[in-house]
This record gives sequence, C-alpha cells and structure tokens, in this order.
Amino acid sequence: MIESLFPNVDWDKMWEATYETIYMTAMSTLFTFIIGLVLGIILFLTAPKQLWANKIVNWLTGVFVNVFRSIPFIILIILLIPFTSFLIGTIRGPNAALPALIIGAAPFYARLVLIAFQEIDKGVIEAARSMGATTGTIIRKVLLPESKPALISGITVTSIALVGYTAMAGVIGAGGLGTLAFLDGFQRSRPDVVLMATILILIIVFIIQFIGDALTKKADKR
Amino acid sequence: MIELKQLTKTFDVGKTALTAVDNVNLTIADGEIFGIIGYSGAGKSTLIRILNGLEKPTSGTVDINGQKITDIKGAELRKARQKVSMIFQHFNLLWSRTVQENIEFPLEIAGVPKAKRVEKVKELVELVGLAGRENAYPSQLSGGQKQRVGIARALANDPEVLLCDEATSALDPETTDAILDLLVDINKRLGLTIVLITHEMHVIRKICHRVAVMEGGKVVELGDVLEIFQTPKQEITKRFVAQVTESEDSSETIKHLRELYPTGELVKLIFVGEQAEQPILTGLIRKYPVEVNIVQGKVSHTQRGAYGTLILQLKGADAEIRKALEFLDQENVQAEVMAND
Repeated sequence: MIESLFPNVDWDKMWEATYETIYMTAMSTLFTFIIGLVLGIILFLTAPKQLWANKIVNWLTGVFVNVFRSIPFIILIILLIPFTSFLIGTIRGPNAALPALIIGAAPFYARLVLIAFQEIDKGVIEAARSMGATTGTIIRKVLLPESKPALISGITVTSIALVGYTAMAGVIGAGGLGTLAFLDGFQRSRPDVVLMATILILIIVFIIQFIGDALTKKADKR
Repeated sequence: MIELKQLTKTFDVGKTALTAVDNVNLTIADGEIFGIIGYSGAGKSTLIRILNGLEKPTSGTVDINGQKITDIKGAELRKARQKVSMIFQHFNLLWSRTVQENIEFPLEIAGVPKAKRVEKVKELVELVGLAGRENAYPSQLSGGQKQRVGIARALANDPEVLLCDEATSALDPETTDAILDLLVDINKRLGLTIVLITHEMHVIRKICHRVAVMEGGKVVELGDVLEIFQTPKQEITKRFVAQVTESEDSSETIKHLRELYPTGELVKLIFVGEQAEQPILTGLIRKYPVEVNIVQGKVSHTQRGAYGTLILQLKGADAEIRKALEFLDQENVQAEVMAND
C-alpha cells in the first residue's frame, strides 16, 4: 500500500536522511542551549542596575545577538562557509551544517533566555542577595530554576525552528530530509519523495513539541 | 546594637539628584522592636536596605554589633548578611522550591550540610506554625502562610537582627495580627532585634517599642510608641496616629455624637499607661455634682502599655463642669471638650 503511494521513495535513503536530520537538530539544539544560556545570562546580568552591570559588555553582546539573529539563515550559511571549512574541514554533510545552525539559533535563544530571566520577580533575587548569596549561587539556584518552564518552552520553539533550518541547510548539501526532498524530490520531479520527507519532518516537530510541552508542564509549580 | 550615623543616600534621577535618606542618626538597642513609619517615598525602604548592604549609602555609617556594614564588601558582607536577615512585603519565596527547600535555601548558602539543614528546618517549621506543610509549594499556600515561610527562612541562620520590609502590608487585617504576634513571640523567645518599616500605624501600635517617623528622607520624630501616641508633635505623626484613632476624632463622629447627646458637654479623655487602670472616674463622680454618662470608650494596647480614650457626657452647672475638668487635669488625664460644630 505504502509502496504504491510512494513509488519513488528509496526507504534506506529516507531513513538515513531522517537520522541525519535528527542528528543535526539534536546536536545544534544542545549547543544552542548552552551558548544561548551563556549569552542570555551575560545579557541579563550586565544590564543596567543588575549584578554585573556593564554598559560595554552589555552593548557588545546585544549587538552580536541582534546581528546574527537578523541575518536570514540561508545567507548566514553562505557567509559562514570559510569559517565552517576551517572548523570542520568540509562544507558538506551534517557536521558542516552545525556551525551555521548554532550561530543562527543561539542568539535567538539568548533573547528568549533574557526574556525568561526578566520575568523573574526581582524581589526573589533581592531576597537571595539579602541571604548572602554569591552571583554564582543566584544563577544556579534562583535564575535557572525560577525560569525553568520558560527556558524549556524556549528551547522547544528554538529546536523546532532548527528542524526548519536543517532543511534549508540541506539545499547546500548538508544532508538530511531537506537535501533529500530538494535533490531527489524536487529536482527529479518526484513529488512523493517530497511528501514523505515532509511527513517525517512534521512527525519530528510534533514529537519535539510534545516532549517540550510535557517537560514545561512538569517544571512549572506556580 | 545598631547605630546609624549621618546616613545619607542620594540617587541620580536624570539630571537632578534625589535624596532618599537625608542625614539619619538612629540608635537601636539589642532586643528592641523598632518601627520606622512613613508614606511611600519617605525613604524608609532605602534606609532598611542600607542596613544589610543591599544599598550603599552616599555618606554615613551603619554599625551593627560592632561591625561597620557600610565599610565591608564581598565575602565579608555576604557573611554579615547571614546575621542580618530580611522578610519582604511580597514574601519573595522561590516558587520552584517547596516550603522545606525554601527554608533550606539560606542554609545552603551558608554551606550547612544536608542532615543539619533538615534538622534546622524541622525546628523552624515548628516555630512558625507550619508543621505538616513542608512539601507544599508556595502557590499552594495562603499569604499568611507564605510570610511564615519567609520568617522561617529569615531565621534559618540564627540572625541577630531581622529586617521587615512592609512585611504585613500585603495581608488582610486578621492575618496581619497573626504575623505580628509571631514576630513578638520570636522577639521574646530568641531575643532578636527587629527593625520594621511600614505605613500602617496599627503595626507600630501593636508590636513596636520605639518608632521613628520619616518624611522626605529625614527622621522627623522619634520616641517611645506610647509617647508618640499620647503627644504626637509633627503634623505627619498626628496623621499617622489618627489612622488608628480616626473613628472617634472625625468631625462626622463628633457631629453624630452631638445629635445623640444634645445636652451638657462632651469631653474626650485620653489615658496613657497606668492611668488607664486608675479609678479616676469614680473620684470624679464622688467629688463633683455632675452627671457622668459614658458615650464611647476604647483601650488600645501597645508593647509599652495601654492607651485609652473615653468620651463622656457631663451634665450639670457650668461651674461644676469646669471644676471637674480641672480635677482631671490635676490627675494628669488629658481632657478636651469636643467642639460644638
């Protein structure tokens, strides 16, 4: 039945591409989470009146985040080709897509982290200070746990955006379902391949959303 | 002992400087419950935050039990803060932690090992009357219970001073009284000095020993609570005192009483401390041929004794009434004839 609906689909290649998409999404989500969190913490704490208030650092980080968040992803990939080939040694394949994916998504996530931190009641941070907490303790025991639901829902949104980015990266040969849909599907006029790749991407997105929602709900004790 | 010397704090607001705290000098004794009252913007929030170094003063010093809070910073200041803890108007609990974990938080900061933390929390939960609620999250607690957690958390590191930042302002009157009773209890049991800021004279009346009235960053009046209630000097202090005695002083009340008791003189008596327990009225009735009718009476208790007002209707010859008023004056009871307006 499935064979007749999707006559041109090479299932081995399809699973291989699915695996590559999942790999790219997972790896880029992991690094985006770490780098975005660090950038978000810096943005938050160096803002005026905050614990590390520092105009220059805050401005520089802000500019970095805004610039990379504003460059359209497809252009960012092209701009980063020299950087990628220096870092990874090639500009093809899933690993070669990672630098662009992370640099494209981390600033976006950093903004979400900043918003999450800004939602925290200032009084709670003040209370921690009044108890003699160090800034490190405030980050670990106040900022991160108190914004956990927002951090999780933020990384869910970012991760889903990254699935879309991997497909775009596919156009320049990153591999994954994007490459498959473009090269095997679109360029060889096989709509069933495009359709199957789309279905698999949708399934990946739904699963991420489902896990993200469940974790957010579990973390929220408000 | 807490000593504030020539404490001033100015903030830059655009091009102008705002003086939030203006040359404040105060000495607060050990074990005292000291109140600072003022309207919002009077500088009391800034003042209390200077006491634990959350704000740095522009000039002046704060000395708490021999340590100059205003001179230390970094690790030394963080260590000192464990002995000068604070509770807040909006409780400022971590919603992501249970009651148990919230109270453990300052102990974690102080580096107390887990077993000891659990033991200490058990004791504190008992003290503030929250036994059985250890595993609840703040969202499952009422306002009064949240403040109890706040208090337990503040007491975790055995502080010497407890700072209360409008600690009851977000609570209903009944819960406010329960929390105030708890603070008095803690003050007596642990011998801890309490410094509180509020805009409610009720709070001052109920638990404070001494009070400072702040206006425009300055302490405009300072004294024993009873004394302040009896003879408020500044206009602002009178307004605060009126907060708790309002009902019998308002012109509507007087007018209403006049309508009910159209004859004779209406006299308001103010008793303070021991007088409130003396049989002054008996003396008055026995000595003078005047008819005495009690119209309204009220006794308020402060930590430094009772404070009462009594409104009497005196009927009789004018000369006798005048003599009766003189008698009251001799007995050191403040008496004022309520105006006929």
